[in-house]
Amino acid sequence: MTRFILRRFLLLILTLFVTSFIIFSLTQLLPGDIARINLGREASEEALQRERERLGLDSPFLTQYADWLGGFVTGDWGVSYNRGNPPVRPLVIDRLNNTVKLGLMTLIISIPISILLGVLAALRENTIVDSIISLVSLSVVGLPEFVTGIIFINVFAHGTGWFPTTSIVRDGFTFGEWINVLTLPAMTATLVLLGYVSRMTRAGVIDELKKPYVRTAILKGIPQRQVIFKHVLRNALLPTITVIAISIGWLIGGLVVIEEVFNFPGLGKELVDAVQAKNIPMIQAIVMLIVLAFALANLAADVLYGLLNPRIRLE
Amino acid sequence: MSDPTTQAVIEAKSLSVDYRLKKEWFNVIHDVSLRIEPLQIHGLVGESGSGKSTLAMALLRYMANNARISSGTITFDGQNITESSPANMRKLWGDQINLVPQDPLSSLNPAYTIGNQMAELTMQKSGMNRQEAHAHAVEMLAKVKIADAEDVMKRYPHQLSGGMIQRVMIAMALSTQPRLLVLDEPTTALDVTTQAVILDLFRDLVHDQTVFKSGGGALYVSHDLGTVAQLCDKVTVLYGGEVMETAAVDDLFARPTHPYTIGLLASLPRHSVESDTRLSTISGTAPSLAERPSACVFAPRCPVAIDKCHSEKPPLEAVEGNRLIRCWRWQEIATGDITVMNKPQATPAEVAPRKAHVLATTHIEKQFGSQSLFDRLTGKAFNPVHAVDDVSITIQERSTFGLVGESGSGKSTLARAIVALDPANSGEIELCGVEIDNRLEKRGKEALRNLRMVFQNPNDALNPYQTVGQAIGRTLKLLGEQQTVEDIRTRVLELLQAVRLTPEYADRYPAELSGGEKQRVAIARAFAANPALIVADEPTSSLDVSVQAVILNMLKDLRAERGASYMLISHDLDVIAYLADWIAVMYLGQIVEEGPNAEVYNAPSHPYTEALISAIPLPDPAQKGGIIRLEGEVPSAKDIPTGCRFHTRCPRYLGDICKHEEPPWRDAGNGHFILCHIPVDELRELQNNEKPPVRAENGHANKEGTSS
Repeated sequence: MTRFILRRFLLLILTLFVTSFIIFSLTQLLPGDIARINLGREASEEALQRERERLGLDSPFLTQYADWLGGFVTGDWGVSYNRGNPPVRPLVIDRLNNTVKLGLMTLIISIPISILLGVLAALRENTIVDSIISLVSLSVVGLPEFVTGIIFINVFAHGTGWFPTTSIVRDGFTFGEWINVLTLPAMTATLVLLGYVSRMTRAGVIDELKKPYVRTAILKGIPQRQVIFKHVLRNALLPTITVIAISIGWLIGGLVVIEEVFNFPGLGKELVDAVQAKNIPMIQAIVMLIVLAFALANLAADVLYGLLNPRIRLE
Repeated sequence: MSDPTTQAVIEAKSLSVDYRLKKEWFNVIHDVSLRIEPLQIHGLVGESGSGKSTLAMALLRYMANNARISSGTITFDGQNITESSPANMRKLWGDQINLVPQDPLSSLNPAYTIGNQMAELTMQKSGMNRQEAHAHAVEMLAKVKIADAEDVMKRYPHQLSGGMIQRVMIAMALSTQPRLLVLDEPTTALDVTTQAVILDLFRDLVHDQTVFKSGGGALYVSHDLGTVAQLCDKVTVLYGGEVMETAAVDDLFARPTHPYTIGLLASLPRHSVESDTRLSTISGTAPSLAERPSACVFAPRCPVAIDKCHSEKPPLEAVEGNRLIRCWRWQEIATGDITVMNKPQATPAEVAPRKAHVLATTHIEKQFGSQSLFDRLTGKAFNPVHAVDDVSITIQERSTFGLVGESGSGKSTLARAIVALDPANSGEIELCGVEIDNRLEKRGKEALRNLRMVFQNPNDALNPYQTVGQAIGRTLKLLGEQQTVEDIRTRVLELLQAVRLTPEYADRYPAELSGGEKQRVAIARAFAANPALIVADEPTSSLDVSVQAVILNMLKDLRAERGASYMLISHDLDVIAYLADWIAVMYLGQIVEEGPNAEVYNAPSHPYTEALISAIPLPDPAQKGGIIRLEGEVPSAKDIPTGCRFHTRCPRYLGDICKHEEPPWRDAGNGHFILCHIPVDELRELQNNEKPPVRAENGHANKEGTSS
């Protein structure tokens, strides 16, 4: 198992290295001259040259890449091109913080519900219960987040007044205040994941139920819940874990629309802003973080998968 | 309560089971009566589709949601369980009624240890605590002769071999002292040598009062008449969901009375059958669910059916000698007034094998596995799987070369290397006197034409979207002489006729054919381009015996008619012995014995061949099979034993010489060679002596398959 984890870890480092190179190259391809954007139209050629030197834009590509990667690894993520040139790191970390909170909240709501629905649908395969669960979970997946988000705002914010209409974050929020602002965006994200995870769970359980070991378990005469919870779910949830891991990546980097609808200061929204402003250090840092999140989530899924699956653990 | 030693363990009376498919109920089990007496092993035999597994599961009241018992009763231990609720059955399951399933590996949960899964049962059923359950499981494992039980308890199913898991399943099934044990094809997934060991073990256990509740009995479900003959006390023959005949095992095999039973027994290839005679066959195929005849189900295939058989269903009659039979003409058959099977005909005169070689391989090597980047970086030694190791064979023109061995022996790998599906790593192949490349893409059209293959599973070997005519026509177009549409069509029909299929088959899709018909199409396709050699890898092992007989006869006829040679690969020595002129026995990637058919079958043989022959369950209860049993299973081809590769399991192990020195080829005359340290004369003497050998050093007992 240690060998397995070590292999996965080495693979992760390699992946990050390759993606960092791709990210850096792509940001170099963005059109426009940074120095001119920073200094404005009237800047003299001399001033532009100084600015380029200050930003390191005049050195060769590979040197720039090495400098940037070295900086990133040692925690120097550069300065934002925004007014006042604030350092990138605290800004991005702050946004990441918010995003992680939203992601966690989403997972807490969505995982139990979708697994429960999936198991229920599988156990009642081809009955009315199964059809209703499938119909509902698939039709909400089809709805875009801005539609569901706005419906939630109208019902639970404007309507019942239980939650705020926008999820603006302030320093020194208490736990309760966090829950208050996170619930509606998390519910919106849940709807996106719900169909996906519950369908996966349903398929996994149906697959496992067909396997001969389930018959062995039933013919042991043990209670039905023991057959389902001890024997079936343990194996049926393995593919679901992978799906959840992939969705963690999406929760970190892909919630742009939801963040926009709820005005929530997350990583996705920040990335969109940075791209619009051609704020290259910001883009690079955020994208690297998103890639890192994806990779770590996958590593976690692999490790968990291995732990739950003796065939891999004891390889 | 009546006395458990005389009361039937389980009894079905006029049981019928229906299945619902697309809102329509189909009857699958019809009017079955079956009674298992205490201390009996009751065999339930049938071909695929006979409903034997459905019946066995219905007796356990373990049925799919779309199944129902439409009439009849099931009485277990004096208690009517026909309509017992699932909750009530759950009390019996695991406690009084236990199952040993067909596929041992997938019948255990991969995520839990053996110990966990064994203890789960006794904790639930016998109220043991964890320590007691553990101790009891260890005790049960010892009863099924697992030496290192404590170690096996800690292992996961995938770490054990099939034979080992089947022992675990038997131990588990017996751990609550059940009254009824159902064995559903328990050895079908195992090698013949392992099967022999498991059946011996089971035979001993049934008569051991400490594992069965007093008056317990067993139902043994199988398609294999050999194991049934060797294991059971009473046998029920099932066909089309109905009982054809039930009788005591000696009676049934000595005096089969139902035409179906007679046909089944006659269609078995046995090495005692003269190989120049044809096997008897049962014409036609088993009826499907929807088109079961309403009169006698067997009538359409019965050689002695009369009008009455096609219009009226015969009753299941109880006749003298505790026999049940469902046939209008059983009395005539019993008295010998009519004979069901004609004397087997001789096969067409064959052209004697010529001396020329159709195929010669020299020093074929095939390794699998490649070193991963990670291993290369960490400098881990590369240890490939040596599947085929330095094999040289010659196949003569117009002959059949039989290659036999257990799973893992490398026999299929050798075949695939010869036809270049998995090209050999080294070695030379000569086809019809011309050296051909090991790689398929470098072989010329002539080589492709001359060397064709028939695969084990005909379901996977035919493209489901091509008609039979297209499948055969494609080979003709690519490799044959015929090029116009009409010529190809004519030739396709001619080939279909050669495999006894009517011209309508040309326009059918594989899904419309039975397994046997698909295999005939595959054979027709192999013959399409007039090849010199056809490599057939287990061509009949996925087929029922009655269908197998048809295919074996056909292969024999085609060889005589078309002058091709075969390389026939099988795990079944009887099939090989029936068809082959020359036999080679393979073990762990090496040929250990080869020679003419009759020579290999009789002493002297390589100890491995001897064990293989000894393990064959003879389809005759009066004849006991050999007594030599192999310990353990084929070692991993990653870790091949030193010296003689067979020394770890050899019943005639001599000592250090076997362990350290590679054995020499010994000449037994007539081109018969044996790879063994024991001289030929000594082997002959040892093997003609009836006593089982005692291993010089017994350090390998039951360490089998606990690889990690």
